[in-house]
Amino acid sequence: MTNPVTVAPTNIKQRRIAELFLLVLAIAISTAGYIAASLGYTNTMPTDLWLVVGACSGLFLTAHLAIRKFAPYADPLLLPLAAFLNLIGLVLIHRLDLADAARAERAGRAIPRADAIAQLTWTAVGIILFVAVLVILRDHRILQRFTYTALVLGVTLLVLPLLPFIGTSINGARLWLRLGPLSFQPAEMAKLCLIVFLAGYLVVKRDALATARSRVLGVDLPRGRDLGPLLIAWVASMGVLVFQRDLGTALLFFGLFILLLYVATERRSWLLLGSILFVAGAGLAYFAFGHVQQRFDVWLNPFSDPNGTAFQIVQSMFGLAAGGVLGTGLGLGNPQFVPFAKTDFIMATAGEELGLAGLIVILMIYAVLAQRGFRIAVSARDAFGTLLAGGLSIVIVLQVFIVVGGVTRLIPLTGLTTPFLSYGGSSLVANWIIIALLVRISDGARKPAPPIRPSRDDALTQVVQL
Amino acid sequence: MNNPLRKLSGFAAVLLIALLINLTYVQVFNANALKQKPGNARTVLSEYDRQRGPITVGSKSIATSTPTQGQFSYVRTYPEGSLYAHTTGYYSLLYGASGLERVENSILSGTDDRLLVDRLSQLLAGRAPKGGSVQTTLLPDAQRTALRQLKGRRGAVLAIDPSTGAILAMVSSPTFDPNLLASPNVATEREAWSKLQNDEDSPLLNRSIAQVYPPGSTFKLVTAAAALSTGKYTKKSSLFGPASLKLPLSNNRLPNQNGKACGTNNKTTLENAIRISCNTALANLGLVIGNDVIADQAEKFGFNQSFDIPLSSATSVYPRDIDRPQTALSAIGQFDVRSTVLQMALVAAGIGNQGVVMKPYLVAQTRGPDLAVLDATTPTVFSQAVSADVAAQLRDMMVTVVKSGTGRRAAIPGVQVAGKTGTAQQGNGKPPHAWFVSFAPAKNPKVAVAVIIEDGDGSTEISGGRLAAPIARAVMEAVLNQ
Repeated sequence: MTNPVTVAPTNIKQRRIAELFLLVLAIAISTAGYIAASLGYTNTMPTDLWLVVGACSGLFLTAHLAIRKFAPYADPLLLPLAAFLNLIGLVLIHRLDLADAARAERAGRAIPRADAIAQLTWTAVGIILFVAVLVILRDHRILQRFTYTALVLGVTLLVLPLLPFIGTSINGARLWLRLGPLSFQPAEMAKLCLIVFLAGYLVVKRDALATARSRVLGVDLPRGRDLGPLLIAWVASMGVLVFQRDLGTALLFFGLFILLLYVATERRSWLLLGSILFVAGAGLAYFAFGHVQQRFDVWLNPFSDPNGTAFQIVQSMFGLAAGGVLGTGLGLGNPQFVPFAKTDFIMATAGEELGLAGLIVILMIYAVLAQRGFRIAVSARDAFGTLLAGGLSIVIVLQVFIVVGGVTRLIPLTGLTTPFLSYGGSSLVANWIIIALLVRISDGARKPAPPIRPSRDDALTQVVQL
Repeated sequence: MNNPLRKLSGFAAVLLIALLINLTYVQVFNANALKQKPGNARTVLSEYDRQRGPITVGSKSIATSTPTQGQFSYVRTYPEGSLYAHTTGYYSLLYGASGLERVENSILSGTDDRLLVDRLSQLLAGRAPKGGSVQTTLLPDAQRTALRQLKGRRGAVLAIDPSTGAILAMVSSPTFDPNLLASPNVATEREAWSKLQNDEDSPLLNRSIAQVYPPGSTFKLVTAAAALSTGKYTKKSSLFGPASLKLPLSNNRLPNQNGKACGTNNKTTLENAIRISCNTALANLGLVIGNDVIADQAEKFGFNQSFDIPLSSATSVYPRDIDRPQTALSAIGQFDVRSTVLQMALVAAGIGNQGVVMKPYLVAQTRGPDLAVLDATTPTVFSQAVSADVAAQLRDMMVTVVKSGTGRRAAIPGVQVAGKTGTAQQGNGKPPHAWFVSFAPAKNPKVAVAVIIEDGDGSTEISGGRLAAPIARAVMEAVLNQ
């Protein structure tokens, strides 16, 4: 075992000015994008420009001030990066709103409520929760006390959509909770709970999982009883796959579990075992379930049924192709041709109108965000903080890879939201809490160590010194 | 725990690079291929934004783009949609294009390289670029007559000018209305498409060039041409024509349709065998001259290859490397012999044109948006299938078919018509296809035509003469009356 505290906090500059500058830059670029989308599509200025820009500036400034007050040593990149993604998402959703409005007008229907405004409302909720986490959670280690509460909460959230009356099936996947007019996707919150649980659980069990082992065929394998939790995670993931028909979430949870287990134990055998279990599970699912098989076949041969089962992915590819290197420009493409352009396929929208260049920028933002997350994990002063920050970063990486890889046909398509970009409240709020937790852990890691007050024991020890 | 975290950080970088490489492939290297995919609405839309050029018959548009309000700048309309459906094809937002809309797309959309200068000058002048036009060789009267005569039955008519190869009529029945697939309303288009796809009669299929059928007795012309070309036969040569012919290497017998011998003492002339469409005489003749000789002759007429008119035809097939009983059957157009309607029209046209088969073509010329001619088709020789002397003998035999043989219903008062009936057995209990090929006037013909009616209702040779010959006659008259 290596000591989790290997990186001493040498740089204790707060760098809050840099954070504010980047935030202003993000807002400025997005404002230009918001205007460009309207000019490109309808040749008029957006009517709600000052409302949106004002609200966003106010919200992110509040978040910035909250960091200044409650987490002054936090990593200065986290807030501007997340805010920029959130703002790009708003621009893209606004652009698709324009297409929806035009379509409704042509069909003689009433113009639907702008989803960008709904997303802006959810951004406000996200920022409120972000500030709340910073205010209430003064030390992330408090979360460790809720390890098993988090497990129960997480599993409950996962199972809820399966219940009658409140669970709702949307587009073939049973992922939603419907309470009156609000629908809510609990898997996003469950994701958070499970990260908290895993971090707390692995802090305690990692030594047992890492050291006790048996050797089979020259490979170090964990003991049978230590395999228990791994098998449970595998079964749970498969359960999600089978009962909720949600490949993406299953893959995300299982990948998160295996990678965090690897981080905690430093044993590569977990990766090997995990991969074997994953391949076996995927193979089983392929032969057992029509929808899995269909997803896979569509991935390999999308053009065998371009107007049927492969319609989504084929339209997404067409959008990306139309975008090319520099994109058609905001408001000048046809991203509304892609089904679910605001949610699952928001990256296809970005790829069409902002081009490969725009996608590279967005992916680099995610990459920097994840790298900062891993850095925070490495620099955290406690093992729980390391595992929590590591888990949060892993989730960002995996989720972006699964959804972007799916939309661009690198891997089979699975339904997942793109963090911060996709339209949808539950996802946006959950992701802002992730950022709040990372801010909290990084503040803990970077703030000057409390002055060492020699205790009486220390004094006694020193007496014995030769 | 830091070592695994650093490795995970590297793993994240690998995933990012994988995404970027894939995106570069999709958006840069594969982008053009994706843009060309059928049903890519974005490509169609960008083409809808410019005025697509017309497809014309003479000076009349059979496909044209007109300015419209709403989502698209232009809407594609087909004024006589179902009459020219298989020529124009459809131009669909969802399902891509077919027919000339597909093969002449670069001219019609104005994206052809030859139109580059035009595009640039339009761009500089601040005008939206337009597409060029495609003028077909079709004759409206012949086309209309053919469609009317087919009466919605499954079948096809193809008429050709024997001296040039210009296609005068190309009709496949049942037909469809391409306007339904050019509808800017996606739901209407989807509905029309699924209806066409589920139609048992496959209206989208171009039966005149894209479908092959056993040619049956019309193929006897090719066998006769092969025999005459050997120099060992004339139309007066005596052939062995019993009531039924015992096939070599087997106990099967090939009978004549009427169960009778083709002449006294089982002897008949080649001319008479063609006139009454004698199976046994032509099958035996095929056995005597051999399969290779027939195959060579068939290929000179165009078998075993496809034509681009510029719509691609299916490949008509005459089998090589077959045994003797199969040769006997092939010599009368059965067994594995398959022909498009176009191919049998070419056989008739070649015989009429003194043995010279002209390359068939449907597009007379293409013009740029400024009406300057880009490309005008000049008639070219496909092959000298038979000598002028052999062609004359075949013609005389075909004249007797119409005068006093199985093809009397094709006779036109005051015009000498040459023709040949066919009744192609399909096996498996289905009624045979009725065929007729002909040209007129017999000397120096202006039109050659091939007609097929699928699953004709009779079982005898009369079927081709009764069902198909009157259609051929009407189409020939329509051309001759021009």
